[in-house]
Amino acid sequence: MTHRFRDLLALEPLNADALTFLLDQSKPFQEIQRHPLKKLATLRGKTVALAFFENSTRTRLSFGTAASRLGADTMNLQAEASSLKKGESLLDTVHTLDAMKPDCLVMRHAASGAADFVARHLDIPVINAGDGTHEHPSQGLLDALTIRDRKGSIANLNVTILGDIQHSRVARSNIHLLGKFGCRFTLCGPAMWVPRELEKIGAPGVSIRRVFHIEEALEGADVVLVLRVQTERLHEPALSADDYILLYQLSGERLQRAQPDALVLHPGPMNRGIEITPEVADSAQSCVLDQVTNGIAVRMALLFLLTAGDSENGQHPAAEVQAPKNRRATDVKDPSHASR
Amino acid sequence: MRIVEKAQLMSASEIDRTLQRLAHEIVEKSGGTKHLALIGIRRRGVPLAQRIAQAMRGIDGVDVPVGTLDITLYRDDLSKVASHAVLQSSDISFGVDNMDLVLVDDVLYTGRTIRAAMNGLFDLGRPKRVSLCVLIDRGHREMPIESQFTGRVVQTSPTEIIEVRLREIDNEERVVLVDRVE
Repeated sequence: MTHRFRDLLALEPLNADALTFLLDQSKPFQEIQRHPLKKLATLRGKTVALAFFENSTRTRLSFGTAASRLGADTMNLQAEASSLKKGESLLDTVHTLDAMKPDCLVMRHAASGAADFVARHLDIPVINAGDGTHEHPSQGLLDALTIRDRKGSIANLNVTILGDIQHSRVARSNIHLLGKFGCRFTLCGPAMWVPRELEKIGAPGVSIRRVFHIEEALEGADVVLVLRVQTERLHEPALSADDYILLYQLSGERLQRAQPDALVLHPGPMNRGIEITPEVADSAQSCVLDQVTNGIAVRMALLFLLTAGDSENGQHPAAEVQAPKNRRATDVKDPSHASR
Repeated sequence: MRIVEKAQLMSASEIDRTLQRLAHEIVEKSGGTKHLALIGIRRRGVPLAQRIAQAMRGIDGVDVPVGTLDITLYRDDLSKVASHAVLQSSDISFGVDNMDLVLVDDVLYTGRTIRAAMNGLFDLGRPKRVSLCVLIDRGHREMPIESQFTGRVVQTSPTEIIEVRLREIDNEERVVLVDRVE
């Protein structure tokens, strides 16, 4: 069964079927990461625009690598170097980019909802690479893929999320994805970063509880998602780095309260010695490097699904296309249905 | 447009006998099975490759490794099929370097599938030799590609379609010639 996507802006609106489809479609691209020759010509001649209005090193590098491994070209726009500093509006900037005729736009922006706003004004597919505190869908997918590979399934797991959840789009995308598979969430961090409203962000029926003692939060966890502490926020008077380490750092000793085979995920970059000890970061339970490798596979799958298509006739890949002239009957893949 | 069945080209027992013969031919031409491996092209090349490997076990008593290849990412007509494409995993668990590989597919037509499969194979390494085994060769080539091991050659018109139906996938076992009638 296939699903069609015009854009990928958030995981919240997608159902478990569509999410499973996206994870399954990433598998062939995981294999390609193990090939001696990793470059395909599948998207040869296509251009992917990477517009990062907010600083990013790894996500931009990951999308860029994914595009180039599919044979696509990239064009890069970075906040510091762009005319945004000269006062151009977001819409003018993306229209300018669009006029250079890319086949897909990958964008990150500090404002929640920015990708959605841009997608409504452009005809090309838009992939949200992080918008404010809203969502980071490709990160949610790569986390789920990593968990599914290690555990065999993402159903009914106890997931503990540590840190600044209030400002974390990674936490939200994870909750929106894993929540559809029956996972239960325990959120833990300083009270100002774990407000009560977070208990209601999941779909109806998703269990989300707040716990303020890390030992209690880790009890029985199958997956521990450690968020990066944005050190600039640690200057807020309420909390010092020393306090954070004392109260919320994930150490080997604390991790023993979780299941013996619990996985530790971190979206990176890690502040070793702040939110996570080097001992845990380098342990066999840590999935940090798998996450990076899987990130490329997930992003290749997204770029493939959204941009492989007939753009010459001005037809959007998501549009219904006629069945190809039968080369032979066995060439025809399973009949598909639209998901949007 | 209607699809009408014009003729049955092969019955279940004919398919079986043909695969037995192809297995013998491959073993004979390869001079042994030491570096031999079969690569089934998804979808119907996969069960065919497995059955040929099974037949080889009866001949040489040797297990010939079988891999599977999904060629979707290597097609040259992706723009036309993309919205239907569902990627399947390729599964080749042995190294292909210096191997004697036989690609297995059900029908050889334009040759484009085989070109795509070779591109996929060479991303995995450098095989010593690649040959092609098909159940049906129906002509109308658009590429300089021929099969070394051929079940049956069938003359067809471009509107006709050859359907290889295998019990693993289609719950029946025969090869039929169908035509599109306006």
